[in-house]
Amino acid sequence: MLFKLSLSNIRRSMRDYAIYFFTLIIGVSVFYVFNAIGGQAAMLEMSDSQYEMIRLLETLISGTSVFVAGVLGLLIVYASRFLMKRRNREFALYMTLGMSKRKISAILLLETLIIGVGSLFVGLVIGIGLSQLTSALVANMFEADMTSYKFTVSGGAMVKTVVYFAVMYLVVMVFNSFVVTRMKLINLMQSGKRSEQIKLKNPVLCVIVFILAAALLGFLYYQVGWRSVKIERNSAIAIFIAGCAATFLIFWSVSGMLLRVLMSMKNTYFSGLNSFTFRQLSSKVNTMVFSMTVICLMLFITICTLSSAFSIRNSMNRNLNELCPVDFELVIGYDTSVESKYSDITELCTENGYDITEDFSDYVNFTTYTDPEFLFADSLGEAFEDAKAQYAFLQYDTPEQLIRLSDYNSLMELYGREKLSMDDDEFIMLCNYTSMTNLRNKSLSVGSERTIFGHILKSKYADCQDGFIDISTEHINAGLIVVPDSIVSGETPDTEYFIGDYSSDDKEATEQKVHDDFDMVMRNISATENSENDHIQGYGWTTKLEIKEAAVGLGAIVAFLGLYVGMVFLIACGAILALKELSDSVDSIGRYEMLRKIGADERDISRSLLRQTGIFFLLPLVLAAIHSVFGMKFLIFFLQVFGTNSIASSVGLTASMLLLIYGGYFLVTYFCSKGIIKERK
Amino acid sequence: MELLKIQQIEKYYGSKSSLTKAIDDISFSVDKGEFVAIMGASGSGKTTLLNCISTIDRVTAGHIFLEGTDVTALKGKALNKFRRDNLGFIFQDFNLLDTLTAYENIALALSIQKQSANEIDAAVKKVSEQLDIKDVLSKYPYQMSGGQKQRVASARAIVTSPKLVLADEPTGALDSKSAKLLLERFRYLNRECGATIMMVTHDSFTASYASRIIFIKDGKIFSELSRGDNTRKQFFDRIIDVVTLLGGDMSDAL
Repeated sequence: MLFKLSLSNIRRSMRDYAIYFFTLIIGVSVFYVFNAIGGQAAMLEMSDSQYEMIRLLETLISGTSVFVAGVLGLLIVYASRFLMKRRNREFALYMTLGMSKRKISAILLLETLIIGVGSLFVGLVIGIGLSQLTSALVANMFEADMTSYKFTVSGGAMVKTVVYFAVMYLVVMVFNSFVVTRMKLINLMQSGKRSEQIKLKNPVLCVIVFILAAALLGFLYYQVGWRSVKIERNSAIAIFIAGCAATFLIFWSVSGMLLRVLMSMKNTYFSGLNSFTFRQLSSKVNTMVFSMTVICLMLFITICTLSSAFSIRNSMNRNLNELCPVDFELVIGYDTSVESKYSDITELCTENGYDITEDFSDYVNFTTYTDPEFLFADSLGEAFEDAKAQYAFLQYDTPEQLIRLSDYNSLMELYGREKLSMDDDEFIMLCNYTSMTNLRNKSLSVGSERTIFGHILKSKYADCQDGFIDISTEHINAGLIVVPDSIVSGETPDTEYFIGDYSSDDKEATEQKVHDDFDMVMRNISATENSENDHIQGYGWTTKLEIKEAAVGLGAIVAFLGLYVGMVFLIACGAILALKELSDSVDSIGRYEMLRKIGADERDISRSLLRQTGIFFLLPLVLAAIHSVFGMKFLIFFLQVFGTNSIASSVGLTASMLLLIYGGYFLVTYFCSKGIIKERK
Repeated sequence: MELLKIQQIEKYYGSKSSLTKAIDDISFSVDKGEFVAIMGASGSGKTTLLNCISTIDRVTAGHIFLEGTDVTALKGKALNKFRRDNLGFIFQDFNLLDTLTAYENIALALSIQKQSANEIDAAVKKVSEQLDIKDVLSKYPYQMSGGQKQRVASARAIVTSPKLVLADEPTGALDSKSAKLLLERFRYLNRECGATIMMVTHDSFTASYASRIIFIKDGKIFSELSRGDNTRKQFFDRIIDVVTLLGGDMSDAL
């Protein structure tokens, strides 16, 4: 009997429940899809390091899932509380008929159960379907082979989804029962009859609050947009909290002023259904100030997260071609106080039983120097004090790395990049890390002469040149100075490089061989030399294959996490707005009937509804977009490390995601509302 | 001059097996400047009749002409436009928009007709004087008494200068004092402003303010009374006589 009642309740209030159910299904399927990535990826052919990346991604996703579950849980509780409120009169009827609160709780319990099981089932089916598509995406992002792929279902992800959502539904059930025990019949019966009370806020106060909030926001925008380098961790948190407060105050004051402003424009206000439209909108916004703030902030975070994630991924892949032109780089650091037994790396290997040159078709073997008298601080010259005030955290007492012009040019020959030329009394500063470039440019502009190894050199160019020696995926050359060969003659180099391309086409095999053989060389050396006069302080190598896998993997991980959080946030935002708008439409059926009776056109009514829904969805988005402009300006500062110069394409991608999910919710809401207020004959 | 002409209209509900004739062959006409009341018990078809005239409902058969236009032939947009430009509505439950002030409620009827803000302002001011609601113009429906609400609703109905004002049980939700005040206003609008009013009621007192009364029973015209030179009291007594004739089910209307 109770079951029948619950079922018919759901069927009857499908209009209210549809968007809730729809949201739950999306939530479940998104949750499953992302948690199943690991399982799906097992079907792909990948290298070990790619697997490691996938494992890392899995760990990160399951961590994020806890947070996501929190967001979804809050959304579900919010939505179910919202839907409960709409049924007060129904509960009143049950209670007047003598139904006990326990029975009412039982009905609600059954309803939640039916909806929960239903949404889990449908969501999982959709999720399993979608995750087959995600596998293609994973394969594409990690550049893995998909030929042996088969349809898979990830049991672990399924169990996890069911458990997480079961917990969420359980919370909802407990919450509902709690609400039921506190229901009073008299309140329930009167709840339907309350007439809408319109409280207008004090307009003067609203204007003052608005101006203050706008000023605060302006100040915060200035801080994050133009003074980002000064922001430390604590002040970043303070700025975020202040931003939240300002956002709330903006919505609070706008909700109070909006109507006044519109009312003062008499010709617009008293045109067609405008007065009705604006009043409806104003009452909606007035009751949603807090929710609007939350939605606005979630949209802001989503826009920033997605844009950053996509742009990191994009620049990772693009940089690979530019910044990693060769297969292999070996670096050995020397103790300059100990004399070397070998003239260079090639000899070091040959002497210890490995002819390194046979594995490379093209290679350069060169050294770089440091002058203990020429530190970063000296390099900055007169700009040092300013720099210290601006970037207190930099290490100013590290010696600058120096490279001979001839070595640099032979390396550039190998890299296929432009060579440099200069006179014997000149030097060239190389740097590609943007903020450091700015700093160094400033230092060169206040004085172009530097003393290196006792020679006074002049900078050939007025600013830094783009260039690097280490292969990488990021613009991380913070400073390298090309000096004339003559000034370092007689000095002891402190770092030696061996950079080259593998001779064989089977790069994996060659890489393995070079690894093994060089390990043998180093073992030989450590066996024969005693540690006290060990010339070699440390060594390390980097290869294109490693960089590529790490970069592609890292880019993919960032993109996946961004997508995950972004999608859930968008769903939550869309669902909250949709629920409010739909229930408002149900409440307004009578008003629309009335408009029809006094002769309003169906077209005008539709337009009014479209405007209400549109502005309602746009308001938080507009403020979030403005926030994001400055938020992204701040983030670009950090994204520079990844070589992100243009975020246009990732912003475009983010916008399309937003359009798809948020816009989708908007359209569904509009058409559902239209159906709700449709004339009933 | 004949404003409204109703020609043998019929309205059926239900299927062939269980047919309900809400209106069964009614014909009459209303002249310009008349104040007509339609009386009948619950279920007599009086509201259905009003709904058909007001184009909210469609007739099954017959024709309704307003100044020569066949209302029953109108559809869709033309119907909305016709309703907007020619008719004014007053409902038992006021039907004011609770989110709008009295002023805005009245103005809405004009802004739907795409009038300019200045014209709207002048018209609202004028009608609010006629209905004595100037001091409630800035109030919301929940801040007004029932009588005030109904007068605002009436102002909205006549502000567009409709050819015909249709009132469905306008005093149904009012106490007797407010009802009297409202009816005085109706009479004022009818006499001084030349509004043609057609009112549905089951209350004899309310009906006694009209100049003519059409009694309906079971979907048919049962009787018709004209006030002539009678005072309102005399007219009321005559109405009571008819109501008594109408039978037991109307007795609650005394």
